[in-house]
Amino acid sequence: MPVVEKQRSDVILQYLRPKKKFPSVWCPGCGNGIVMGALIRAIDKLGYKRDEVCCVSGIGCTSRMPVYLDFNSLHTAHGRALAFATGVKFAQPNMKVIVITGDGDALAIGGNHFIHACRRNIDITTILINNFIYGMTGGQGSPTTPAGAFSTTTPYGNVEKQFDPCGLAQAAGASFVGRSTVFHTPQMEKMIMAALEHKGFSLVEVIANCHTYYGRLNKQGDPVAMVNSFKENAVMLGKAQTMTPDQLKGKYVIGTLHENKEATEFCDEYQKVVDVRMAGGKAR
Amino acid sequence: MTAPTDAGEAEAKPAGKNKHNFSKDNLPLEINMGWCKACNLCIALCPTQVFEPDRDGKPIQARPEACTLCTICWVHCPDFAIVSKHK
Repeated sequence: MPVVEKQRSDVILQYLRPKKKFPSVWCPGCGNGIVMGALIRAIDKLGYKRDEVCCVSGIGCTSRMPVYLDFNSLHTAHGRALAFATGVKFAQPNMKVIVITGDGDALAIGGNHFIHACRRNIDITTILINNFIYGMTGGQGSPTTPAGAFSTTTPYGNVEKQFDPCGLAQAAGASFVGRSTVFHTPQMEKMIMAALEHKGFSLVEVIANCHTYYGRLNKQGDPVAMVNSFKENAVMLGKAQTMTPDQLKGKYVIGTLHENKEATEFCDEYQKVVDVRMAGGKAR
Repeated sequence: MTAPTDAGEAEAKPAGKNKHNFSKDNLPLEINMGWCKACNLCIALCPTQVFEPDRDGKPIQARPEACTLCTICWVHCPDFAIVSKHK
């Protein structure tokens, strides 16, 4: 990884689409903007050219992000961002494909695409912004809404258990899994850089605030209260290993949870088969 | 990235004060009021209470001399409204 250098904050402005009107469509204080800034700074530090990067997204608040980013962009069907991204990566193996997706987009509507992208270990960086709720459509409960939490479809408290996207990705075969929050922005930035440099499927789950719907129904109605609750409830991985499961209830374990550099990558394996067949040999 | 020359910069820094000597005429940050949505995050997260809300809730730099260039405000700004003039 290259040397991390302190940078002026105006690098962000160079990577925004010039014809888009700002400020963005997101609510005041939305965590999506913080993640977008961290992503731009990570790409700038790694020194990628704009033509090398492709941002793919589905539908949702989070998926509005590639609209503002001045890279190759694909704004696709709901939940199918990873399927389209697989096609982009397959056609252009040298392109850095970044999927920006929300919790409902990746885990409910696109749940199958998510686990199969993990299983293939294709070289895509997925940034999953988890705000515990469907924000754009009016605050319905999503697969990551915690048990007991309130939303517009669970007005008496959620009875379902929540998904753990990091555990799901790791079990399905992703080779880089990390979690961060919008409060821990420098850590998130370094994690996105590590994920972009990693060869194989990499997932960065970012816990973000939706104070407009999730916060308002759960007694955290302003962005400051929600961001400070991430500060209080986040536990670094090293400390979490010394804690009991009871102590970890309601906490977010942050850090690089899983990394496997030896795992074989899908495009490389496919190219090997192509090379053998083109030379006239038999595969395997 | 070159290593900072330790001796020369340490002498130039006045004792007990920020080396930039921020004041009302020499502000540490530029705030784009057209992009600011008054979310209050920078005001709440600043460790040295540089900002104060104006009548719209948007931040003004009330105590620029306290700024330590810690980058927390513009790193957490969701609308890229705060731009630091310094590294």
